[in-house]
Amino acid sequence: MSPAPKVAVKTGWSIGPVTPRVGLNIAMIATLAVVPVYAALTGNAFALTLFTRVVILAIAALSLNLIMGFGGMVSFGHAAYLGIGGYAVGILAKEGIGSGFVQWPIAVAAAALYALIVGALSLRTRGVYFIMITLAFAQMIYYVAIGLDRYGGDDGLTIYHRSSFGGLINLSNRIVFYYFCFGLLLVGIYLVWRIVNSRFGMVIRGARSNERRMRAIGFPTFRYQLVCFVIAGAMCGLAGALLANHTDFISPAMMHWTRSGDLIVMVVLGGMQAMFGPLIGALTFLILEEGLSRLTEYSNLILGPLLLVVAISIHGGIDGLITGQRGG
Amino acid sequence: MAETLLEIEDLTKRFGGVVAADGVSLALPAGELHAIIGPNGAGKSTLIGQLTGEVAPDNGRIRFDGQEITNLPVYRRSQLGLARSFQVTTLFPDFTALDNVALSVQAHSGHSFHFWRNAQSEAELREPAQMALARVGLTERAATPVADLSHGERRQLEIAMALAGRPRMLLLDEPMAGMGPEESARLVELLRALKGGITVMLIEHDIDAVFALADRISVLVYGRIIASGDPAAIRADYAVREAYLGEGGADG
Repeated sequence: MSPAPKVAVKTGWSIGPVTPRVGLNIAMIATLAVVPVYAALTGNAFALTLFTRVVILAIAALSLNLIMGFGGMVSFGHAAYLGIGGYAVGILAKEGIGSGFVQWPIAVAAAALYALIVGALSLRTRGVYFIMITLAFAQMIYYVAIGLDRYGGDDGLTIYHRSSFGGLINLSNRIVFYYFCFGLLLVGIYLVWRIVNSRFGMVIRGARSNERRMRAIGFPTFRYQLVCFVIAGAMCGLAGALLANHTDFISPAMMHWTRSGDLIVMVVLGGMQAMFGPLIGALTFLILEEGLSRLTEYSNLILGPLLLVVAISIHGGIDGLITGQRGG
Repeated sequence: MAETLLEIEDLTKRFGGVVAADGVSLALPAGELHAIIGPNGAGKSTLIGQLTGEVAPDNGRIRFDGQEITNLPVYRRSQLGLARSFQVTTLFPDFTALDNVALSVQAHSGHSFHFWRNAQSEAELREPAQMALARVGLTERAATPVADLSHGERRQLEIAMALAGRPRMLLLDEPMAGMGPEESARLVELLRALKGGITVMLIEHDIDAVFALADRISVLVYGRIIASGDPAAIRADYAVREAYLGEGGADG
């Protein structure tokens, strides 16, 4: 389990000569930057909707990559944070609190608190047990949401007004909203890059590589992993707040366990421990899903095996394929 | 007489019906190089495990530098200055030799809740790490990924990592295992250079190395210390020859 070893040695994101990886990343960022222009010129509003979703889920996948890719903590309940962030926005909106300055901090704080509780319990276990506990908690939250009759229960809840930030930014403008999410994604990638190369990041990565050894040289690994878990939860909670604003709707379906699975697939597909891996993964996954569903009703019959092939044959995901580092 | 750094009192550990430590008592004065020898299954690894905190003893006490550490977690003991090297090399293969040692330095330079600065460009981590590598003779291999180091070099790196935390005591778990004669000789020289400055408990199968290095030797058989003394006394001890050294041991 050591994809792209050469990369992990240094920074995981080398700024140097234009390698295939840097070329791909630049092309990807450039493409994403002109999506609204394309949508406006062609009148294809759907492209903007799709790519907004890509960018938001890339933030969620980015947060998962922090704990799963760099920290070796395979959380199978990551969609719960999307749901918590989304419901925080939706519930507050319904109760008449429309300010994003209130909604978003609460969304992030609620997700962080949930991460603290789940992490404190799940991080005492490893492997399959860790996966099962994170899943069990996510299922619990899922059923809690179904039970919230006041907020739509199983049917979900429509959000009539997007979060307002005074006159600062108008999120109801879809182009503004897209660039806002895109900006947050870039900031998020930069933050994760700083974190994984900091002292804190070295502890997290060391614990993935050999936790017993880390304790022997004097690191209390648990507290670092817990903090990492909370950072990832908070980041994904923010993605949830964005997602609720994007769809103007929340429902328990956004934290169904298959959504957690999708996030894992995005991270693995894009390339674990690669800075732009989660974005590559989200982009590929959502475009494939969309494209295949137009071709055939049985899109999952194609998507499933395709992902299987990627997971088995290229350990570093698409990023690993591009850089020629297949690891494993 | 130097002060006692490590004091083990009546340490007992059973795994089911097997007694891996049967009332082990030992006292190591500061600066001593104390070797533990004994046949396979004598309980050497269990002893190390109990000292580092990975194995909880059923009974008995461990004091380090006057402080009771019997129930302290692994990382606390390391922070107090009780460092170990591993028998099976378990390093971070993705990282360079220098990165590995720098991480060890980091473990002993305050908490690691620093999220911003690039740890791999921090001089206060890299410089002590370079010094530890120099001490074991690995300066030229600093930038080499651990996966590309030879077996012997990885053992040297093990010791560099243990030294990087400026420990008061080293627990060396079979550092010579699997080494060629030349590599072994180099390691013996390295340990000899460390002697006196740092207290060492050496668990080792290589009898020649043990007799060349140790100030005192204890013989562990079936979880009991059956003899303890300076090398000459151990060499002469009949019970030891019988249990462990065999026929050739007496004149070896």
